[in-house]
Amino acid sequence: MSDTHAQTVTYVRDTMLPQAAPPSTAQGPVKWLRESLFSSIPYTILTIAALYVIYVLLSGFLPWLLGGVWTTSNIRECREVLDGAAGGCFSVLAERWNQLLFGISYPQDGYWRPTLAFVLLFVAVAPVLFSNLPRQLLIVTALYPFIAFWLIWGGSLLVPVSALLSIVIGYVVYGKLVKTSFAAGLAGGVIAAAVVWFVLSMMTPSLSGVLALEEVASRNMGGFMLNMILGVVCVSLSLPLGILLALGRQSSLPIIKMICVVFIEFIRGVPLITLLFVANVVLAYFLPPGTSFDLILRVIIMITMFASAYIAEVIRGGLAALPRGQYEGAESLGLDYAQSMRLIILPQALKISIPGIVNVAVGLFKDTTLVSIISMFDLVGMIRGPILASTDWNGVYWELWGFAALLFFIVCYGISQYSQWLERQLQTDHH
Amino acid sequence: MTTMSDPQQGSFRLSMLLNDTRYRSYTFQFIALVLLIALMAFLGVNLMRNLAEAGLNISYDFLGVPAGYDINQTLIDYNSQSSNLRAAMVGIINTLLVAFLACLTATVIGVIAGVARLSKNWLVSKLMSVYVEIFRNIPVLIWILMIYTLMTAVLPAPNAFRGDNATSSMLFDAFAFTNRGVYIPAPVWGPGSMMVVATFILSIIAVVFYRRYAVKLLFETGKLLPTGWPTLAILIVPTLLMFFIMGSPIGLDLPALKGFNFRGGIQIGAPLIALWLALSVYTGAFIAENVRAGIQAIPKGQTEAAASLGLRPKRVMNLVILPQALRVIIPPLISQYLNITKNSSLAIAVGYADITATLGGITLNQTGRAIECVLLLMLFYLTISLSISAIMNVYNKNVSLKER
Repeated sequence: MSDTHAQTVTYVRDTMLPQAAPPSTAQGPVKWLRESLFSSIPYTILTIAALYVIYVLLSGFLPWLLGGVWTTSNIRECREVLDGAAGGCFSVLAERWNQLLFGISYPQDGYWRPTLAFVLLFVAVAPVLFSNLPRQLLIVTALYPFIAFWLIWGGSLLVPVSALLSIVIGYVVYGKLVKTSFAAGLAGGVIAAAVVWFVLSMMTPSLSGVLALEEVASRNMGGFMLNMILGVVCVSLSLPLGILLALGRQSSLPIIKMICVVFIEFIRGVPLITLLFVANVVLAYFLPPGTSFDLILRVIIMITMFASAYIAEVIRGGLAALPRGQYEGAESLGLDYAQSMRLIILPQALKISIPGIVNVAVGLFKDTTLVSIISMFDLVGMIRGPILASTDWNGVYWELWGFAALLFFIVCYGISQYSQWLERQLQTDHH
Repeated sequence: MTTMSDPQQGSFRLSMLLNDTRYRSYTFQFIALVLLIALMAFLGVNLMRNLAEAGLNISYDFLGVPAGYDINQTLIDYNSQSSNLRAAMVGIINTLLVAFLACLTATVIGVIAGVARLSKNWLVSKLMSVYVEIFRNIPVLIWILMIYTLMTAVLPAPNAFRGDNATSSMLFDAFAFTNRGVYIPAPVWGPGSMMVVATFILSIIAVVFYRRYAVKLLFETGKLLPTGWPTLAILIVPTLLMFFIMGSPIGLDLPALKGFNFRGGIQIGAPLIALWLALSVYTGAFIAENVRAGIQAIPKGQTEAAASLGLRPKRVMNLVILPQALRVIIPPLISQYLNITKNSSLAIAVGYADITATLGGITLNQTGRAIECVLLLMLFYLTISLSISAIMNVYNKNVSLKER
């Protein structure tokens, strides 16, 4: 039977054909071009339009950037050198870089101090941002505020050291007393810190020359340095405040909840500029007669309040996203409120709210430019005020604004890329 | 009968206020309240003492006093003899004007950029992500100042339009872009123009009824009426007919160069344009991200299910994807609108007379009434924010998924 069947088959191929290469239009760059740029007539038109836009932008921008002049001392010389050719007067950056970065009155020979503080900032935040770095680096983070304060504001090293010492002693006392009760620990810690600070501050004036850097008053801070100081200080201060506000808003105690809700909604409902007006002209009325705060300190207080309300809302989102079982699990282990928050709830809630917090931080950093409106000389204030108003550089707009935009772009884009990277890192553990 | 776990009666000790969880919450709240009242009292007493020392008082009488300064862009009658209250009203209207304009254009820019970012065209999507990243990561104040510089330092002066060898020319003889602002044609309402407007409004109502009728017919008989061309026809044809019947009552007042400046038409000042454009492109970048996230949030299964029901691609978009994506897009969109309103307070940097610049700027400086001015300013922004978030909450309740 099988024989007869075999004879009906006239031809059967017994070897596989060798694989042929795909047609040239369906592979490599040609395929990519066809699929992603010229897949249909409307897409082709879009592609050509986009190419034209890119051409127009680059043909205006590149000659200006590449043909720029870097070495003249004022705008008239620069225009003479350019002689009608396309090009930017970048000499304004070469001549005024110190004002743009550090402000007018920061001592010239002290520029290394904020620069060093800036470099150390990366060391200090690295262990916070990247969890795979050795934990010992956190010591640098803890010491950083004191070092940075000493470097930027100058004065005797003893002032930040005694502040550090009083905080350490306060913490030790808190650690001893917290076993009896949380309230006793807190009160004891605060009192101990205050006492140590008081005693040490009696002693330091006599030793004011010890390891002293030249003192720089707050009003002499300016330029991009001021933006960085405001951004870093306000974000780090507003984080703990925001956590407290978020916990308060979620709390079951009606009065505390109400206080937090009113504060958060009020701050989020008004623009930052009105709060800066408060710092500038109104706050003085609410302080005891005769006290005078620096403007920079008043601004820091206001921006911190502003940022903490936004951070509180982000963290509230994180708290609400945790499953209820986590709260109940913590309670059933017998943990009290402070313990369950510290050990169970906040570590998880903060982890999921990090991207949101980073967004708030970027927004806040951009908003530090608003201080130029209440006549502080940050980067924008510096450009609008002393530099564009000077006869040497009146009219060099795009070079200066471009420089400012570039600085902010680098910082903000860097932070937001970090945030996206972190989001991807955090996503993996859901799979 | 008592069990071991019942609290002991009548044995309240003072230490229980701190150690007993039943009473501790009251203790904490009491402490918080006392601290709050103490803070308020401290601030209040300081305020009283400072005011007494400076010989001031809290009074809103300055609102009725003539303001004494001019505002160049006003929508309501105002001159330097008008009261400070009137100046504040001008400011409020200007704030609302720029916020409204910027919300419109930012939405348009954002939706286009957001959709284009998802385009399969590589070049277009990359171009849009470059736009989004550049505009999101640079402060809006720098954008406002840059566009203001563009308006005032790069655009030609009106006299560049003059003479036989003018270096600049008007667009369509109707629009002039000068460093004093942009001049656009102004409509002139002649007699009978009300009839034309009324006809147009009636046509809009007719379109609504026609569309309703089409839907009803579809549901009842399954017959599909065309909607696109009829809508356009109903909108345009009767209005045009009425326009010519009444003898072209609506004309245009074109701006024209007279002497050293343009006359006629509507002048839109450089500050308004700078603020409007900057807020639009800046917020547009954020809205683009919201739109992209909203569309990506819809699972692909929805598109496939709709296609397998036999819906055409356009209907898949209109009936299945968009209604779900809007639920995700609209809440952040509204908060972007709020941001625009709050960011419009940066008008003060370019001298646009919004509420911050009039009440919080010139009036504050001239009268010295810092507390009152800042308080009123905050009250205005708070009212807007809180009312918009109230509307938001109602909306969120309405669109939230109804799950049993």
